[in-house]
Amino acid sequence: MSQVHVTAKINGDTTEYLCEPDETLLDVLRNRLGLTGAKEGCGTGDCGACSVTLDGRLVCSCLVLGAEANGREVRTIEGMAHGETLHPLQRKFLEHAALQCGICTPGFLVAAKALLDKNPDPSETEIRYWLAGNLCRCTGYDKIVRAVQDAAAEMRKG
Amino acid sequence: MRYEAPGSIESAVALLAQEKGRAYVLAGGTDLLVRLRGGYIEPDLVVDVKRIESMRKIVPEAGGFRIGAAVPAAELGEHPAVKKLWPGVVEAVELIGSKQVQGRATMVGNLCNASPAADSVPAMVAAGAVATVVGPNGKRNLPVEEISTSPGKTTLAKGEIVESILLAARPPHSGDAYLRFIPRTEMDIAVVGAGVNITLDDKGVCKAARVALGAVAERVLLVGPAADALIGTKLDEAALDKLAAAASAACRPIDDKRGTKEFRIKVAGVLARRAATIALERARKS
Ligand SMILES: Cc1cc2nc3c(=O)[nH]c(=O)nc-3n(C[C@H](O)[C@H](O)[C@H](O)COP(=O)(O)OP(=O)(O)OC[C@H]3O[C@@H](n4cnc5c(N)ncnc54)[C@H](O)[C@@H]3O)c2cc1C
Ligand code: FES
Ligand code: FES
Repeated sequence: MSQVHVTAKINGDTTEYLCEPDETLLDVLRNRLGLTGAKEGCGTGDCGACSVTLDGRLVCSCLVLGAEANGREVRTIEGMAHGETLHPLQRKFLEHAALQCGICTPGFLVAAKALLDKNPDPSETEIRYWLAGNLCRCTGYDKIVRAVQDAAAEMRKG
Repeated sequence: MRYEAPGSIESAVALLAQEKGRAYVLAGGTDLLVRLRGGYIEPDLVVDVKRIESMRKIVPEAGGFRIGAAVPAAELGEHPAVKKLWPGVVEAVELIGSKQVQGRATMVGNLCNASPAADSVPAMVAAGAVATVVGPNGKRNLPVEEISTSPGKTTLAKGEIVESILLAARPPHSGDAYLRFIPRTEMDIAVVGAGVNITLDDKGVCKAARVALGAVAERVLLVGPAADALIGTKLDEAALDKLAAAASAACRPIDDKRGTKEFRIKVAGVLARRAATIALERARKS
């Protein structure tokens, strides 16, 4: 198989890589670019641990080919904090203890940010439906939902 | 495997038609990449159609909308005008997977994957949606119900690509709806799906109807007798009973871990009836 040459913007930086034509974006991020924040929970689109945005749309990076990202913009959990300053969602997840093992956390954060970018004031039901594609085996969902609600409230105050 | 992402449908068709090995169209990849990663298919060529600009658009056409085959579900859900004209189709598309899956999955991928349980297909069939197909021998239009024949099988010839779906203009007092039964509230495969599309006259009498069922046969069924039960009525209780009976009678489902034959047959009637009631409310308001 001849490799594909890709130029993509990843967390704002123009990045070049070579990948196999059947290699997923998740594998490219983790194995070639050292961005190990996105996790592989299932590899079949069911768990959301690999969530990233592609041209601003929330997707499972396990169901995107690395080659598809050519000329596109990818954002991962690594791009969420500003230097040492955590995003309000990240801070609220810590405050509310909305994680235990943490495997699902990057996916929840990326997905929750995509929600708040679209809808700064979601209802609890909207949050629960939006996050239905993210599975957590440890924490349960209540703390996660509270953390998202709290972060949204803080972000609305500006 | 080779990966190609041509900029025009002509080059995509040529790539697929010339390939000697196994070639697949890649739209959102939410079915194809699962099968690829799982080792169920070993493509020699994958042709990504998402760089074909004309296939990425929703364009008004003669009072209806032409939906490009590469438009993801999320974009359709964000289009208020399509949602207003064909609420049943859009609600079916919005049932597909999670927000993450919605960011990629297309209505045409749902159709061409040819699962009898595909959620958007009964809604499209009820809507009388027409697919425009482009292939080595040119363009043809065919009703959506003529695309899938059995699980995983379609009538598309080698090199043929669905370019778009036309959701046509509709007369006043029209409404459509789609319902599915799943054991959970989200993220599951339909055990039964039912799409109903009706048009009323000025007196509220049903003058046209289409009823389609998913997951109760080897492909999505367009059920003529179920539609006939509604036409000429005001969708009163007797008509809805007849509709439910006709829908159940059309089923030839399998037994599997998600539902027995008897259960699916019963639920098909129940869902057809409920979807008809929602379609009626929408028709009265439009
Ligand atoms: C976690 C998860 C949950 C899901 N939940 C649901 C659900 O609730 N309901 C449901 O119905 N489905 C569900 N699916 C299945 C899938 O998301 C849908 O079938 C989706 O609509 C497929 O669209 P796609 O664009 O991703 O197709 P792809 O995977 O890109 O393609 C599917 C098939 O269609 C062919 N194809 C695609 N586009 C064209 C074209 N333009 N012309 C010719 N052939 C084409 C491809 O070659 C392939 O064989 C789910 C999938 C996942 C991973
Ligand atoms: S690893 Fe991608 S959804 Fe589970
Ligand atoms: S914290 Fe362990 S899976 Fe969610």
